[in-house]
Amino acid sequence: MNDNRIDALSPGTFALDGHEVEFGPGDTILQAARRAGHYIPHLCWHPDFAAHGSCRLCTVRVNGRSGAACTVQAASGQDVESNTDELNTQRKTLLQMLFVEGNHFCPSCEKSGNCLLQATAYQMGMDGPHFEEFYPDRKVDASHPDLLLDLNRCILCGLCVRASAQEGKHVFAMGGRGVASHLLVNSESGHLADSAFSLTDRAASICPVGAILPKRRGFAIPIGQRRFDSHPVSQEDAA
Amino acid sequence: MNPLVSDAPPLHAPRKLKVATVSLAGCFGCHMSLLDMDERLLELLEHVEFDRSPLTDIKTIGRCDIGLIEGGLCNAENVQVLREFRAHCKTLVAVGACAINGGLPAQRNQRDVGQMLCEVYCHHAGAVNGSQVPNDPELPLPLNHVHPIHEVVHVDYFLPGCPPSADAIWSFLTDLLAGRTPQLGPGLIRYD
Ligand code: SF4
Ligand code: SF4
Ligand code: FES
Repeated sequence: MNDNRIDALSPGTFALDGHEVEFGPGDTILQAARRAGHYIPHLCWHPDFAAHGSCRLCTVRVNGRSGAACTVQAASGQDVESNTDELNTQRKTLLQMLFVEGNHFCPSCEKSGNCLLQATAYQMGMDGPHFEEFYPDRKVDASHPDLLLDLNRCILCGLCVRASAQEGKHVFAMGGRGVASHLLVNSESGHLADSAFSLTDRAASICPVGAILPKRRGFAIPIGQRRFDSHPVSQEDAA
Repeated sequence: MNPLVSDAPPLHAPRKLKVATVSLAGCFGCHMSLLDMDERLLELLEHVEFDRSPLTDIKTIGRCDIGLIEGGLCNAENVQVLREFRAHCKTLVAVGACAINGGLPAQRNQRDVGQMLCEVYCHHAGAVNGSQVPNDPELPLPLNHVHPIHEVVHVDYFLPGCPPSADAIWSFLTDLLAGRTPQLGPGLIRYD
């Protein structure tokens, strides 16, 4: 953990669940916590991209008030609570909302075992759905020769949007309002095949769930060797 | 020595708990996973007695302590059986992905049930000319959509997995039999 010290650059420290955490200039609470090896659940945040603030899994209490750890700036002397029963129960509820909102039939999903949503639900001890299922009927776009888009599993994290914009391609965008919000493909027809999307794009491998998948690669990793088979998601950040 | 505690065996062994099980729109895989606990089944049988179940010959469910439900709801008979289980079981458990969120059978929810029946029974390659959708009242009508069981009755516990592993079922049942709130430890919660 000490390899990650910021020392001279650090403007100060805050307390995370009673542990002292050092932060760098401009750090959010999530960035500083992760650098210090502490896990705060997150789905839409990725170290290489700007924060999105949509999943709310990273919600913590900062000096008694709720805030998304991925967007709240770290400041000296903050008292941050994250790993509490109350917050973890709220996180479980958010996960249950994401699960019923889509068609998350993990038993047939190629991403199972490698999926951040699923691994985070395991981590939070989600055993059942609690809410009624939406069973959405969004189109599956299989038009592209190398890639598949199943919007019934999309959690609207916007990572593909950010990744594609960063590489100058702008293949994806968010459209619609409320529960009709959905991912848009930037092409005349709206089909992936007619966009500039390609297998080598960063955006093609960034999806944390099973919404964007490479074709003809499913079920390649034996059960037991998948990303989250051997360790819970909380241990990835602690590495 | 505490005079209230005697070394003699108790006069009456504790009553065995009654367990009923059923497969609704299930594949029997959760039951197979239950059997997968192998020799632990013998230990389980020292504490429980099976009521109505695909593993017994009992046709109607009696008063039970625990009801294990595999499968979601795909037809009218499923709903009726589920309600009977709820009425007779103190603790009702949704076992497996199908009972929990409809499971893979719920992928049919994106289609029209009437069209699907016609496709399978009338237009399918190999169907004899003039084949009809079965319409005998003996047969339960399919529901428009497949549903998880918690949308129809109150569910006390969810035991996820497709199927849940034998270890998960064992851990769950031993907790329940010991009077503890079942808590699947790390590695035992799986949805796939
Ligand atoms: S995307 Fe993840 S949570 Fe959704 S079905 Fe696939 S493995 Fe399960
Ligand atoms: S397709 Fe994947 S990366 Fe893109 S918004 Fe949906 S979940 Fe996020
Ligand atoms: S990680 Fe902060 S809102 Fe998604």
